[in-house]
Amino acid sequence: MATYQYPAYPYHPPAFADGLAPTAQVVIVGGGQVGLTMALDLAQRGVASVVLDEDNTVSDGSRAICQAKRTLEIWDRLGVAAPMMAKGVTWNEGHVFYRDEQLYAFNLQENPHSKFPAFINIQQYYVEQFLIEQAMQQPLIELRWCHRVTGLETEPEGVRLSVETPDGSYTQPCDWLVAADGVRSTIRRQMGLSFSGQVFEDHFLIADIIMQREGPAIRRFYFDPPWGPEASALMHRQSDNVWRLDFQLGWNVDREEELRDENVFARIRRMIGPDTPFELEWKSLYTFQCRSIDRYRHGRVLFIGDAAHQVSPFGARGGNGGVQDADNLGWKLALVVQGRAGQALLDTYDEERRFAAAENILNSTRATDFITPKTPVSEVYRNAVLDLARDFPFARALVNSGRLSVPAHLTESSLNGDDELQGSVRPGSPVPALQLSVPGNAAASHLTDILGDGFTLLCFGPANAELRVESPLGLRLLHAGQDIRDSDGSIAAAFGVRDNAVVLIRPDQHVMACWRAPDPATILGTLAMIRGDC
Amino acid sequence: MSGLKHEPGISDPDGFYQQLIDAVQRLSPDDALAFSARLNLLLANHVGDRTVLGEAIEAARKGLEDQK
Repeated sequence: MATYQYPAYPYHPPAFADGLAPTAQVVIVGGGQVGLTMALDLAQRGVASVVLDEDNTVSDGSRAICQAKRTLEIWDRLGVAAPMMAKGVTWNEGHVFYRDEQLYAFNLQENPHSKFPAFINIQQYYVEQFLIEQAMQQPLIELRWCHRVTGLETEPEGVRLSVETPDGSYTQPCDWLVAADGVRSTIRRQMGLSFSGQVFEDHFLIADIIMQREGPAIRRFYFDPPWGPEASALMHRQSDNVWRLDFQLGWNVDREEELRDENVFARIRRMIGPDTPFELEWKSLYTFQCRSIDRYRHGRVLFIGDAAHQVSPFGARGGNGGVQDADNLGWKLALVVQGRAGQALLDTYDEERRFAAAENILNSTRATDFITPKTPVSEVYRNAVLDLARDFPFARALVNSGRLSVPAHLTESSLNGDDELQGSVRPGSPVPALQLSVPGNAAASHLTDILGDGFTLLCFGPANAELRVESPLGLRLLHAGQDIRDSDGSIAAAFGVRDNAVVLIRPDQHVMACWRAPDPATILGTLAMIRGDC
Repeated sequence: MSGLKHEPGISDPDGFYQQLIDAVQRLSPDDALAFSARLNLLLANHVGDRTVLGEAIEAARKGLEDQK
């Protein structure tokens, strides 16, 4: 019995004269979580896109299940967080077990007033379904199901794609190509780009089971459990009473043997005990790699998500990193397509998201190294950490069962402007999830609710009360005390505001510059970095 | 009151752990043991406090006995 009915989205045969489709401004290859987020973001900014996907349904199996707070904030901006929250299972706590006891628990919630929890668990097929349903409402997005890209030619002014369908092939020219076609990216391979990094010598078995079981939704990670010694395991609750079990198997295993139903069932039984009835919904055997391509922009082709970088799953940094890629690229590509910024802005996508991917790869590599020690000596050290962690809190800081996805703080970005406030939120950081109230808008409860899709200036203090500035990029001024009420002072505190301050926030809700009392020319000078040669 | 710190005191714990493992993991068991002895002695000298060192030795030894 399955808990999910896979939708079949309508396939339309190509009907282009001479097999040549009209030139699209933007083509997105891959209608998964990352590609669909990209399409929605562009559409919200008024940019049309064509999404090409090789099949006509959602993700096969539950796959990426942990969606982080930052991802939910991005989807909230795109109007699609509500169904995710309604369907997903909220969690904030991780519990780490060693042998037969719990070592410690950690709470990932940034602050108690956050609009979203640290994470929800939701099967990837639901995520894609909700994104597709939203995209189908959006006239600027054309979804082409069962349209498979087989080749491409890159040109200085665009890209020509060869697309295959059940009813023949055609050529699709476009000005910009976004490759969101996953870890086995056709575009990346067709362009011959090296996808290099580290292979981990370990196998993991993923089983999604349906079972009725009470208890809080928490992340459970087991080192060397009595029911599966000398290995680790992970357990997550998803929607519809589906549970994700993830077992470390080791390197020298017989893959076919491990995947046989009776062996999978026996392994699950040892973990959950003899009494709880369960059904198996999905099983899969994985090995992990952490790797990246060298550059995420190649002329008119931009790589996002797993097409650009791959991480191990410990930390939920794959899907969440990909959604942040789309969030970072959306406004930049829109400005370039609309002729409001020069193409150099797209190089900052490469710069910023390669920095973020390096951080994700570093964290997921370290977690995987801890979970799978490479040598007997490193295993001795790892087990010493676990042994000490029971009695000594310091050792718990060294236990690494996955450092869970947090938004990238783009502190080194070349787009960052002045930092005159030196608060905890600095240029490059995403804005914090803090509460506020807005006169006349009862629906707005958090800072992220009122930032919208453009550039925003938050103005504090008497010196900035009369500040007025206009930019061709669009710039909205919000004066604290008038337009927003920071009742508990938490927003001012986070930015390090003492009396007067102006904070420039980018369209992706990252801070760009912090000043005390800037004149309009200073602000426009910083925004000129965005416009470049335009 | 114990003088040995139990609470986290290492900045960038993940970076520290990676550096430690990178240094030791490819060594032979004999060399790894020698490395650990040297590192212990260097850190012990840095700590200096005889009471704290005694407590640390006791804590490390006790954990090993518990496993047997």
